[in-house]
Amino acid sequence: MLTATHLRKTFGSLVAVDDVTFTLERGQLVGLLGPNGAGKTTTVSMISGLLTPDRGEVAVGGERLVRDTDPAKRRIGLVPQDLALYDELTARDNLRFFGALFNLAGRALDDAIASTLALVGLADRVGDRVKTFSGGMKRRLNLAAGLLHDPDILLLDEPTVGVDPQSRNAIFDNLEELKRRGKALLYTTHYMEEAERLADRIVVIDHGKVIANDTLGGLQSSVAAAAGGGRVNLETVFLTLTGRSLRD
Amino acid sequence: MSLTPLIAMVRKDLQLFFSDRRAVIMSFAVPIAIASFFGSIFSGPSRNSEPARISAAIVDRDGSAISKGIVAGVQGDRNLRVSTPTVDEARDQVRRGRVSVAVVIPPGFGEAAGRAFFGDGERPPLDVLFDPSRNVEVAMVRGILTEHVMQAVSREMFGGEQGRALVAQALPQIESAAMPDDQKRALVDMLKSVQNFYKREPGGQANAPRGITMPYTVREEAMTAGSNVAYNGYAHSFAGMGIQFLLFAAANLGIEILLERQRGLWKRLRSAPVSRLTLLGGKAASMTIIALMTLFVSFAFAMIVFGVRIHGSIAGFFAVSIACAMMAAGFGLLIAALGRTPAATRGVTTLAVLMMVMLGGAWVPTFVFPAWLQQAAVVVPARWAVDGLDAMTWRGIGIGGAVGPTLALLGFAIVFWTIAVTRFRWEET
Repeated sequence: MLTATHLRKTFGSLVAVDDVTFTLERGQLVGLLGPNGAGKTTTVSMISGLLTPDRGEVAVGGERLVRDTDPAKRRIGLVPQDLALYDELTARDNLRFFGALFNLAGRALDDAIASTLALVGLADRVGDRVKTFSGGMKRRLNLAAGLLHDPDILLLDEPTVGVDPQSRNAIFDNLEELKRRGKALLYTTHYMEEAERLADRIVVIDHGKVIANDTLGGLQSSVAAAAGGGRVNLETVFLTLTGRSLRD
Repeated sequence: MSLTPLIAMVRKDLQLFFSDRRAVIMSFAVPIAIASFFGSIFSGPSRNSEPARISAAIVDRDGSAISKGIVAGVQGDRNLRVSTPTVDEARDQVRRGRVSVAVVIPPGFGEAAGRAFFGDGERPPLDVLFDPSRNVEVAMVRGILTEHVMQAVSREMFGGEQGRALVAQALPQIESAAMPDDQKRALVDMLKSVQNFYKREPGGQANAPRGITMPYTVREEAMTAGSNVAYNGYAHSFAGMGIQFLLFAAANLGIEILLERQRGLWKRLRSAPVSRLTLLGGKAASMTIIALMTLFVSFAFAMIVFGVRIHGSIAGFFAVSIACAMMAAGFGLLIAALGRTPAATRGVTTLAVLMMVMLGGAWVPTFVFPAWLQQAAVVVPARWAVDGLDAMTWRGIGIGGAVGPTLALLGFAIVFWTIAVTRFRWEET
């Protein structure tokens, strides 16, 4: 459903992303892991159209994304790491605005708002200003804003940062429901247990390059085999692949 | 191109604007309050009120008829409020800013001034102590003083004891003077005629010598929209303050774009299938609408409360206002394009708006600026906006008076837009 092919992006002399290639299928969640500054967010930014790749391409359903107004962008939903919401507006007004950017209007927009807020458990707060929401509620509304136009592909950039276990668990339930509905999810995170729970495949990226792309079991097997056997968790896999030096 | 995203952007910006109480107060209440204050100052005195007087002090250390005449003259002047302290007190009052200027008449001034009047002798100095922060008032006092000194000296020389003594003393000296005989005769004849004038019977106040006075009076006509239309200073102050806060409103929206970028909202906007033209167009449209509202609410208040009227062209007024709002929108986008962080940009923007408005003549009249600065103000958009609105309101100039300012403001809008579009950072990481 989504293909990223040989993506490269530089900022001056810094090569942020170099020859990144992976695919994302319907009903699949791919975990995009990497240390700080590895190139995860730059990769997500290129896929969502925020950055133009220096080289390579992004294709949705086989069609290459080329313009700001490309209709294929409608098939992608972005959930940024920041709480990208207007605090002074109500949940409804926020979603009305974000829906209108995708040309939703009238009854279709109202229905989309109702269904996404129901999904994230905020239907009863539709008329409240976002500034009155807790951190977890804002995270869930942030997710709803990315889902509003019913995209086939959802890009989630660390969507659980700073939320309590209850809200995190609710978000996981939402994501599993979306997978069941056939959505393709690209999920960047620093939390290994999240990737272990949710990801069907894991892409590890470091210094702008893909250094591993496999299922969780496949990664665990290859690392365990190299270490002489035994069971390893994802964190061990990650540290084995990316090293233990600090990345500030 | 679908209009749904564009309309949504404008509606969202208006919702945000009206949900921010501080922004609403800054845009509507504050300009009205400041413009009302400035208008009351610059409207000038009403027909029934006393004009503002300049505070001055005069010290007479001479005590002559001439110096007494000068003191009496300045004390009777309607433009001055005069005190008569000692020299030390006068010096102290000027230093403390209690009076703008103090004039000290030194001993022997009257006699020396009388001699100098006929060109025979050095001109004696008058000591003037002044407050350097009130130069305009000092210049006015200097002019007023000239009139009263001339009047006092000439009155004494053509009718006073000092004048008689001076003529009697001068007649015998003419014979020994080194000049042609015909000139001596003419001078003797003239001075004897003056003596005969002195000897005539006084005929009451009408025949009393008045000295040299101003040989003209002034018939003033304020050039407003019409002969029966009084100048309304509120029209100018509301134009100036309206433009200032219209620029502040647009600048604030420009900073809002930086905040949207900082909070990740711009990522959401950019990830949608919306063109760059729509994104910037939506922002520009909401900035223009809010800027226009700011200006129109201010003027509506001025019309209802202070009787400001559009004596010129209504179409011209709207043309200047819309062009001004478009210029302000361009200014806001420019801030969004060139600014880095909201906090740093806010400080620079405030300074830029205040400079623009000050150079535009909204705070103080431009005639107080040096000549080069008056010429430089031509490249300040606020100057065109104030001139255009003045032309359409109290000056009462027709649509022709709006053409220049409207075109100039649209020109500034195009320049701001072009720079903003070319410098705008579209890539989001």
